[in-house]
Amino acid sequence: MSESELTMSTGHEVLMEASPYRIEKKKLGMWIFIVSDACTFATFLFGYGYMRVGSQNWGTPFDFPTILNGIIMTFVLLSSSLTMLAAVRATQAGQKPSANKWLGLTITLGTVFAILHLREWFKMFGEGWGLFSNPTGGAVQFGACFFSVTGLHLAHVISGVIALLIITRGYNRGRYDTSHVETAGLYWHFVDLVWMFVFPMMYLMNAR
Amino acid sequence: MHDMSAHAAAHHAPPSGFIRKYVFSVDHKVIGIQYTTLSLVAAFIGMALSWVMRIHLGWPAASIPFLGTLSPNGAPGGVPTPEYYLSLMTMHGTIMAFFVLTAAPMAGYGNFMLPIQVGAADMAFPRLNMASFWVTFVGFVLACATFIIPDGPPISGWTAYAPLSAVGQVAGPGQGRGQDLWVLSIALFCVASLLGALNFIVTTIDLRTKGMTLSRLPLSTWAWFINAWVSLLAFAVLLPTGLLLLLDRVGGTSFFIPGGLVVNDKLLPHSGGSPLLFQHLFWFFGHPEVYIIILPAFGIVAHLMPTFTRKPLVGGWKVITFAMIAIGSLSFLVWGHHMFVSGMSPSMAMVFSVPTLIITIPSVIGVLVFAFSLYGANIRFTTPMLFCLGFISLFISGGIGGFFLAQPAVDSYLHATSFVVGHFHFTMGLSAIFATFAGFYYWFPKMWGRMMNETLGKVHFWLSFVLVYCVFMTMHLMGLTGAVRRYSSYVADFMVPQIPTNRFMTVAALLLGATQFIFLYNAIWSRFKGPKAADNPWGATTLEWDTTSPPPFDNFGGRQMTIHHGPMEYDADAFVMQTSPEKSIAGT
Repeated sequence: MSESELTMSTGHEVLMEASPYRIEKKKLGMWIFIVSDACTFATFLFGYGYMRVGSQNWGTPFDFPTILNGIIMTFVLLSSSLTMLAAVRATQAGQKPSANKWLGLTITLGTVFAILHLREWFKMFGEGWGLFSNPTGGAVQFGACFFSVTGLHLAHVISGVIALLIITRGYNRGRYDTSHVETAGLYWHFVDLVWMFVFPMMYLMNAR
Repeated sequence: MHDMSAHAAAHHAPPSGFIRKYVFSVDHKVIGIQYTTLSLVAAFIGMALSWVMRIHLGWPAASIPFLGTLSPNGAPGGVPTPEYYLSLMTMHGTIMAFFVLTAAPMAGYGNFMLPIQVGAADMAFPRLNMASFWVTFVGFVLACATFIIPDGPPISGWTAYAPLSAVGQVAGPGQGRGQDLWVLSIALFCVASLLGALNFIVTTIDLRTKGMTLSRLPLSTWAWFINAWVSLLAFAVLLPTGLLLLLDRVGGTSFFIPGGLVVNDKLLPHSGGSPLLFQHLFWFFGHPEVYIIILPAFGIVAHLMPTFTRKPLVGGWKVITFAMIAIGSLSFLVWGHHMFVSGMSPSMAMVFSVPTLIITIPSVIGVLVFAFSLYGANIRFTTPMLFCLGFISLFISGGIGGFFLAQPAVDSYLHATSFVVGHFHFTMGLSAIFATFAGFYYWFPKMWGRMMNETLGKVHFWLSFVLVYCVFMTMHLMGLTGAVRRYSSYVADFMVPQIPTNRFMTVAALLLGATQFIFLYNAIWSRFKGPKAADNPWGATTLEWDTTSPPPFDNFGGRQMTIHHGPMEYDADAFVMQTSPEKSIAGT
């Protein structure tokens, strides 16, 4: 059940007049969540920076194939932001088939990103990387920082894909409307934006 | 529109089942009462822990009843070991700082009052609101569960400094499962606080009723709103810090554990981590946290004072509100003042010392606004007003200690002495508790529909006020003589001559604790037997007094409230409700 239906069923909506800033509460809630989530990511990245600066043997273990994989992942995720934008436009225009197409494409791209990411993780596990092991002999913090920062981001991508699946389904059944798709879009763009910090800091700065 | 109200009216009836109505309720009023009750229970548990500590400090060999049964290892024969003393201290701090001081004035009263004060029927996200209470509840249960697991609670203090908190069982009793539970409990508390903050912000921005401009917001709502922003940013940092700590504990990482660390004769396999990183992350949350505790207190006092002085605050709504905004913003720039002797660069100490001294300016402005507002006022010395005056006194007394501690050179001597303990108990502990009591006596008629007994309330105030000074002013003096905090007893060192002082504090603390039972008796008796409360017993102007006591399910019985004035329309013998279209008498 959506939040708006819920307030409706408690009988409270009727007392409220239109919001003074014309930001719907769901959307405002998502913005506030994004502010707080940005702080959470900032904490992880600050910890990573602190570890890195304080380390004497950090090392730069990523070779070209890893970076190339990262570039492809970046391309996929950024494209998914575009398709999400198109999906929001389509729902606003009330074009259900088009909206479905773009939502589906966004979900696919998100899934491809997650698969590429996990494939790389498992490759690294195979090489002996772990939360507290570094096969190159450098700082053990490398694995800890890499897997926790990218893991947090990956968790966001996967939750985003699941949320988009649920919203697409609800949208097709008429349970959710444009505002739900738009709110999900806000979240999705935020996850992309975070990747634009994670990619240079975790990959490019660690390229050999 | 007409269709919509018809549709809504069909669903208008409040839930009827017991579970939906009182347990898993989405009604902000029920959730507010749930939070308040949880905090009340937590406060008595936290207070009982402090009694055990105080008895042990005064009479180190004394056997404490029931303690030997609760923890045969931690307190053989009822005498706590030094480690168990640390456990008690950790849980006293954790329960009081998080589950009482953070929860009661913000989540407790804020949940109940904020939607009513802005003229809304509920929070913006009622179901999230319910979730945040139950997540807090589970967090509290986990915190209490540390007492019954074999290891006992952790010994690392409410700040859980690494590496002590990060290395696990090897560091001592309670550092295994006890610390795991502690981290989980605090992580849940973070999630709940984030959900709560989100709800408070969206409600204040989006659900204000017609005419409720920002300049007309009641000052308590302002405080909760500002505080929600501070919570949102601060708890969003504590949550990942807790996750990193958990990774160090169970994932084998070394974020906070340095290389070559030997604990209890055992070399740990970690390398390269930094305990200072933990302190930076913790205090980036931890310092705003003390303002998260004090800002709602400011708001409650600012809300109550005009009612009982029958005049607007000096400077109107602006000065106090801007002071609170300044406090909230600056609170993020001062965290390093907890780390002057932690091995941080001395030049960094200056960087943090200056904003620490600057943040005293809005704090002093805030308190002086309250103090100056007493000038020329027709003060009504009700119990809530007495507690407001107590707040002013305690905040000033404690705040003066802050000037000493803010300076790195002086702090090097005073750090980790009971001077600091006395200081923070005055400022963030008791000031906030006094404001919470003020709010409790003030809003009790609205929350439960009955008046509390004034005589018992005044007895409660005066005894508490005097005894609080006996305990914590003395604690300042103990710190100046060199009493190190966290020591369980001072039996064989230079502190021996201070044992009588310790005993004086212990007796005062036990009496202070006993005094709180007067309050508890008053609250419970009044809840069932107190005289029925009128809708507006204090002659106040804000929206919560514009509805029945207690308010109906939708807060205003279907009325659309329209606001014409600010909240401080008082005169010596008249007042104008916020909803009244009458002419303004105070020009707010």
